Amino acid sequence: MKSAVITFPGSNCDRDMDVALKKFGFKNKMVWHQDVELPKSDLVVLPGGFSYGDYLRCGSMASKSKIMQSVINFANSGGMVMGICNGFQILVETGLVPGVLLRNKYLEFICKNVFVKISNKDNAYFKNINNNVLELHIAHNEGNYFCTNDQLKEIEDNAQVAINYCDQSGEIKDTFNPNGSLNNIAGIFNKEKNVLGMMPHPERMIDPSLSGEDGSLFLKNLINNMK
Amino acid sequence: MKISVIITLKKDVLDPQGKVIHQALDGMGFNNINEVRQGKYFEIDTKETNPKKAKDKVEEMCKKLLANLVIENYKIIDAQ
Repeated sequence: MKSAVITFPGSNCDRDMDVALKKFGFKNKMVWHQDVELPKSDLVVLPGGFSYGDYLRCGSMASKSKIMQSVINFANSGGMVMGICNGFQILVETGLVPGVLLRNKYLEFICKNVFVKISNKDNAYFKNINNNVLELHIAHNEGNYFCTNDQLKEIEDNAQVAINYCDQSGEIKDTFNPNGSLNNIAGIFNKEKNVLGMMPHPERMIDPSLSGEDGSLFLKNLINNMK
Repeated sequence: MKISVIITLKKDVLDPQGKVIHQALDGMGFNNINEVRQGKYFEIDTKETNPKKAKDKVEEMCKKLLANLVIENYKIIDAQ
Protein backbone atom coordinates (compact mmCIF):
# COMPACT_ATOMS: atom_id res chain seq x y z
CA MET A 1 0.00 0.00 0.00
CA LYS A 2 1.31 3.40 -0.96
CA SER A 3 0.69 6.49 1.11
CA ALA A 4 1.61 10.15 0.87
CA VAL A 5 1.91 12.66 3.70
CA ILE A 6 1.67 16.31 2.71
CA THR A 7 4.00 18.73 4.46
CA PHE A 8 2.81 22.32 4.74
CA PRO A 9 4.90 25.12 6.23
CA GLY A 10 4.17 24.68 9.95
CA SER A 11 3.18 21.00 9.83
CA ASN A 12 4.80 19.23 12.78
CA CYS A 13 3.24 15.76 12.87
CA ASP A 14 4.24 14.90 9.32
CA ARG A 15 7.32 12.88 10.30
CA ASP A 16 5.51 11.14 13.15
CA MET A 17 2.87 10.09 10.65
CA ASP A 18 5.60 8.92 8.23
CA VAL A 19 7.12 6.74 10.97
CA ALA A 20 3.71 5.37 11.96
CA LEU A 21 2.63 4.54 8.41
CA LYS A 22 5.93 2.80 7.65
CA LYS A 23 5.75 0.83 10.90
CA PHE A 24 2.55 -0.82 9.72
CA GLY A 25 3.66 -1.50 6.17
CA PHE A 26 2.78 1.55 4.11
CA LYS A 27 5.31 2.67 1.53
CA ASN A 28 5.14 6.33 2.40
CA LYS A 29 6.29 9.38 0.47
CA MET A 30 6.53 12.91 1.83
CA VAL A 31 5.03 15.50 -0.49
CA TRP A 32 5.75 19.23 -0.35
CA HIS A 33 2.76 21.59 -0.45
CA GLN A 34 4.08 23.41 -3.50
CA ASP A 35 4.16 20.26 -5.58
CA VAL A 36 1.38 20.01 -8.12
CA GLU A 37 1.10 16.26 -8.64
CA LEU A 38 0.50 13.62 -6.00
CA PRO A 39 2.64 10.49 -6.30
CA LYS A 40 0.60 7.37 -7.00
CA SER A 41 -1.02 6.69 -3.63
CA ASP A 42 -3.70 4.58 -2.00
CA LEU A 43 -3.93 6.93 0.98
CA VAL A 44 -3.17 10.63 1.36
CA VAL A 45 -2.66 12.04 4.85
CA LEU A 46 -2.90 15.69 5.84
CA PRO A 47 -0.90 15.78 9.08
CA GLY A 48 -1.26 17.77 12.28
CA GLY A 49 0.57 20.95 13.11
CA PHE A 50 0.11 24.64 12.63
CA SER A 51 0.14 25.15 8.88
CA TYR A 52 0.81 28.80 7.98
CA GLY A 53 0.97 29.61 11.68
CA ASP A 54 -2.82 29.16 11.94
CA TYR A 55 -3.11 32.63 10.38
CA LEU A 56 -6.56 33.85 9.30
CA ARG A 57 -8.34 30.60 10.28
CA CYS A 58 -6.67 27.27 11.03
CA GLY A 59 -6.18 25.36 7.81
CA SER A 60 -7.55 28.12 5.59
CA MET A 61 -4.35 28.99 3.79
CA ALA A 62 -3.15 25.39 3.50
CA SER A 63 -6.47 24.46 1.89
CA LYS A 64 -5.58 26.80 -1.01
CA SER A 65 -2.00 25.57 -1.50
CA LYS A 66 -0.90 24.11 -4.84
CA ILE A 67 -0.98 20.43 -3.91
CA MET A 68 -4.52 20.65 -2.54
CA GLN A 69 -6.17 20.71 -5.97
CA SER A 70 -4.65 17.28 -6.65
CA VAL A 71 -5.74 16.09 -3.19
CA ILE A 72 -9.30 17.31 -3.85
CA ASN A 73 -9.36 15.61 -7.25
CA PHE A 74 -7.98 12.41 -5.67
CA ALA A 75 -10.72 12.50 -2.99
CA ASN A 76 -13.44 13.24 -5.52
CA SER A 77 -12.36 10.23 -7.59
CA GLY A 78 -12.79 8.00 -4.51
CA GLY A 79 -9.23 8.10 -3.14
CA MET A 80 -8.77 7.77 0.62
CA VAL A 81 -7.81 11.03 2.31
CA MET A 82 -7.31 11.28 6.06
CA GLY A 83 -6.84 14.59 7.87
CA ILE A 84 -5.55 14.53 11.45
CA CYS A 85 -5.93 17.56 13.72
CA ASN A 86 -4.69 20.47 11.59
CA GLY A 87 -5.29 18.12 8.64
CA PHE A 88 -8.95 17.93 9.72
CA GLN A 89 -9.04 21.73 9.88
CA ILE A 90 -7.62 21.84 6.34
CA LEU A 91 -10.25 19.33 5.15
CA VAL A 92 -13.15 21.41 6.45
CA GLU A 93 -11.69 24.48 4.76
CA THR A 94 -11.59 22.65 1.41
CA GLY A 95 -15.22 21.64 1.88
CA LEU A 96 -14.35 17.93 1.46
CA VAL A 97 -16.01 17.33 4.83
CA PRO A 98 -18.80 19.55 6.18
CA GLY A 99 -18.66 21.97 9.10
CA VAL A 100 -15.89 23.98 10.76
CA LEU A 101 -13.59 23.70 13.79
CA LEU A 102 -13.95 26.62 16.17
CA ARG A 103 -11.79 27.74 19.08
CA ASN A 104 -12.13 25.37 22.06
CA LYS A 105 -15.05 26.33 24.27
CA TYR A 106 -12.94 27.20 27.33
CA LEU A 107 -10.19 28.87 25.27
CA GLU A 108 -7.43 26.57 26.45
CA PHE A 109 -5.04 24.52 24.36
CA ILE A 110 -5.92 20.92 25.23
CA CYS A 111 -3.19 18.29 25.24
CA LYS A 112 -4.24 14.98 26.78
CA ASN A 113 -5.44 11.46 26.15
CA VAL A 114 -9.14 11.00 25.44
CA PHE A 115 -11.45 8.11 24.66
CA VAL A 116 -13.39 8.09 21.42
CA LYS A 117 -16.21 5.82 20.42
CA ILE A 118 -16.21 4.50 16.89
CA SER A 119 -19.67 5.48 15.69
CA ASN A 120 -19.55 4.00 12.20
CA LYS A 121 -17.67 0.85 11.19
CA ASP A 122 -19.21 0.55 7.76
CA ASN A 123 -16.21 2.11 5.99
CA ALA A 124 -12.64 1.36 4.98
CA TYR A 125 -11.18 3.13 8.04
CA PHE A 126 -12.90 1.27 10.87
CA LYS A 127 -14.29 -1.90 9.26
CA ASN A 128 -13.25 -5.08 11.15
CA ILE A 129 -11.77 -3.22 14.10
CA ASN A 130 -12.51 -5.19 17.28
CA ASN A 131 -12.62 -2.28 19.70
CA ASN A 132 -15.56 0.06 20.01
CA VAL A 133 -13.58 2.59 22.02
CA LEU A 134 -10.04 3.84 21.36
CA GLU A 135 -7.77 5.81 23.65
CA LEU A 136 -6.03 8.45 21.55
CA HIS A 137 -4.18 11.70 22.08
CA ILE A 138 -5.51 15.17 21.31
CA ALA A 139 -3.52 18.40 21.17
CA HIS A 140 -5.39 21.36 19.77
CA ASN A 141 -6.71 24.85 20.29
CA GLU A 142 -9.44 24.71 17.64
CA GLY A 143 -11.23 21.37 17.82
CA ASN A 144 -14.71 22.58 18.67
CA TYR A 145 -16.67 21.04 15.81
CA PHE A 146 -19.58 23.13 14.60
CA CYS A 147 -22.01 23.04 11.69
CA THR A 148 -25.43 24.40 10.86
CA ASN A 149 -28.59 22.51 11.88
CA ASP A 150 -29.25 21.59 8.24
CA GLN A 151 -25.70 20.25 7.88
CA LEU A 152 -26.01 18.31 11.13
CA LYS A 153 -29.19 16.66 9.93
CA GLU A 154 -27.51 15.71 6.65
CA ILE A 155 -24.43 14.39 8.50
CA GLU A 156 -26.61 12.24 10.75
CA ASP A 157 -28.87 11.04 7.93
CA ASN A 158 -25.80 9.89 5.99
CA ALA A 159 -24.10 8.35 9.06
CA GLN A 160 -21.09 10.63 8.56
CA VAL A 161 -20.08 10.85 12.22
CA ALA A 162 -16.95 8.70 12.58
CA ILE A 163 -15.95 9.09 16.23
CA ASN A 164 -17.32 10.84 19.32
CA TYR A 165 -15.61 11.82 22.58
CA CYS A 166 -16.72 9.43 25.32
CA ASP A 167 -15.54 7.75 28.52
CA GLN A 168 -13.66 4.48 28.82
CA SER A 169 -16.87 2.48 28.55
CA GLY A 170 -18.01 4.31 25.43
CA GLU A 171 -20.66 6.49 27.00
CA ILE A 172 -21.03 9.73 25.05
CA LYS A 173 -21.81 12.54 27.49
CA ASP A 174 -21.19 16.25 27.80
CA THR A 175 -18.83 15.58 30.71
CA PHE A 176 -16.44 13.78 28.35
CA ASN A 177 -16.49 16.56 25.76
CA PRO A 178 -13.06 18.24 25.96
CA ASN A 179 -13.65 21.21 23.66
CA GLY A 180 -17.35 22.00 23.30
CA SER A 181 -17.67 20.05 20.06
CA LEU A 182 -21.22 19.65 18.72
CA ASN A 183 -22.65 16.25 19.85
CA ASN A 184 -19.13 15.31 21.07
CA ILE A 185 -18.03 14.92 17.44
CA ALA A 186 -14.29 14.13 17.21
CA GLY A 187 -14.19 13.00 13.59
CA ILE A 188 -16.40 12.91 10.51
CA PHE A 189 -16.51 11.44 7.02
CA ASN A 190 -17.58 12.87 3.72
CA LYS A 191 -20.78 11.37 2.32
CA GLU A 192 -18.92 8.60 0.48
CA LYS A 193 -16.77 7.74 3.57
CA ASN A 194 -13.48 7.84 1.66
CA VAL A 195 -12.46 11.09 3.36
CA LEU A 196 -11.99 11.12 7.15
CA GLY A 197 -11.17 14.13 9.30
CA MET A 198 -10.47 13.69 13.00
CA MET A 199 -8.91 15.65 15.85
CA PRO A 200 -7.17 12.76 17.70
CA HIS A 201 -3.67 11.66 16.67
CA PRO A 202 -3.42 7.89 16.07
CA GLU A 203 0.25 8.34 15.09
CA ARG A 204 1.04 9.31 18.69
CA MET A 205 -0.22 6.01 20.10
CA ILE A 206 1.90 3.44 18.30
CA ASP A 207 4.50 2.59 20.92
CA PRO A 208 3.57 0.89 24.21
CA SER A 209 6.68 2.20 25.96
CA LEU A 210 5.85 5.81 25.12
CA SER A 211 2.10 5.98 25.00
CA GLY A 212 -0.54 3.42 24.20
CA GLU A 213 -1.24 1.11 21.34
CA ASP A 214 -4.69 2.13 20.18
CA GLY A 215 -3.16 4.08 17.31
CA SER A 216 -1.46 0.84 16.26
CA LEU A 217 -4.82 -0.95 16.31
CA PHE A 218 -6.30 1.69 14.05
CA LEU A 219 -3.41 1.83 11.56
CA LYS A 220 -2.91 -1.96 11.42
CA ASN A 221 -6.60 -2.39 10.78
CA LEU A 222 -6.54 0.36 8.16
CA ILE A 223 -3.79 -1.22 6.07
CA ASN A 224 -5.46 -4.64 6.34
CA ASN A 225 -8.72 -3.14 5.11
CA MET A 226 -6.94 -1.59 2.16
CA LYS A 227 -5.13 -4.74 1.02
CA MET B 1 -7.49 52.06 -4.18
CA LYS B 2 -8.14 50.86 -0.64
CA ILE B 3 -11.07 48.63 0.21
CA SER B 4 -11.90 47.46 3.71
CA VAL B 5 -13.61 44.28 4.79
CA ILE B 6 -15.17 43.48 8.13
CA ILE B 7 -15.72 39.82 9.01
CA THR B 8 -18.06 38.96 11.84
CA LEU B 9 -19.22 35.68 13.33
CA LYS B 10 -22.78 34.72 12.48
CA LYS B 11 -25.36 35.24 15.21
CA ASP B 12 -25.67 31.62 16.35
CA VAL B 13 -21.95 30.86 16.46
CA LEU B 14 -20.36 30.72 19.90
CA ASP B 15 -17.68 33.38 20.41
CA PRO B 16 -15.69 32.42 23.53
CA GLN B 17 -13.15 35.21 22.95
CA GLY B 18 -15.91 37.80 22.82
CA LYS B 19 -17.29 36.39 26.05
CA VAL B 20 -13.96 36.68 27.85
CA ILE B 21 -13.49 40.25 26.59
CA HIS B 22 -16.99 41.02 27.87
CA GLN B 23 -16.10 39.63 31.31
CA ALA B 24 -12.84 41.59 31.39
CA LEU B 25 -14.63 44.84 30.49
CA ASP B 26 -17.22 44.05 33.12
CA GLY B 27 -14.47 43.60 35.70
CA MET B 28 -13.01 46.99 34.71
CA GLY B 29 -16.26 48.67 35.54
CA PHE B 30 -17.89 48.79 32.11
CA ASN B 31 -21.11 47.27 33.40
CA ASN B 32 -23.57 48.31 30.71
CA ILE B 33 -22.56 45.77 28.07
CA ASN B 34 -25.07 43.26 26.72
CA GLU B 35 -22.63 41.31 24.56
CA VAL B 36 -19.21 41.54 22.88
CA ARG B 37 -18.53 39.81 19.56
CA GLN B 38 -15.01 39.73 18.15
CA GLY B 39 -14.40 39.99 14.41
CA LYS B 40 -11.69 40.70 11.84
CA TYR B 41 -10.87 43.77 9.78
CA PHE B 42 -8.88 43.82 6.52
CA GLU B 43 -7.54 46.70 4.44
CA ILE B 44 -6.83 45.68 0.88
CA ASP B 45 -4.85 48.08 -1.27
CA THR B 46 -5.50 47.09 -4.88
CA LYS B 47 -4.05 48.30 -8.20
CA GLU B 48 -7.56 48.22 -9.67
CA THR B 49 -8.87 51.75 -10.35
CA ASN B 50 -12.49 50.93 -11.18
CA PRO B 51 -14.41 50.87 -7.85
CA LYS B 52 -17.06 48.41 -9.08
CA LYS B 53 -14.44 45.97 -10.39
CA ALA B 54 -12.36 46.33 -7.24
CA LYS B 55 -15.36 45.63 -5.04
CA ASP B 56 -16.31 42.56 -7.10
CA LYS B 57 -12.77 41.17 -6.76
CA VAL B 58 -12.77 41.72 -3.00
CA GLU B 59 -16.12 39.99 -2.77
CA GLU B 60 -14.57 37.00 -4.56
CA MET B 61 -11.65 37.09 -2.09
CA CYS B 62 -14.12 37.06 0.82
CA LYS B 63 -15.96 34.05 -0.56
CA LYS B 64 -12.82 32.11 -1.47
CA LEU B 65 -10.50 32.86 1.45
CA LEU B 66 -11.14 35.72 3.84
CA ALA B 67 -14.40 34.42 5.31
CA ASN B 68 -15.71 30.95 6.04
CA LEU B 69 -19.35 31.33 5.15
CA VAL B 70 -20.42 28.46 7.40
CA ILE B 71 -19.71 30.65 10.44
CA GLU B 72 -18.89 34.14 9.22
CA ASN B 73 -20.45 37.10 7.42
CA TYR B 74 -18.45 39.70 5.52
CA LYS B 75 -19.15 43.32 4.85
CA ILE B 76 -17.24 45.27 2.22
CA ILE B 77 -16.74 48.94 2.93
CA ASP B 78 -16.64 50.99 -0.26
CA ALA B 79 -13.42 52.30 -1.66
CA GLN B 80 -12.29 55.69 -0.54
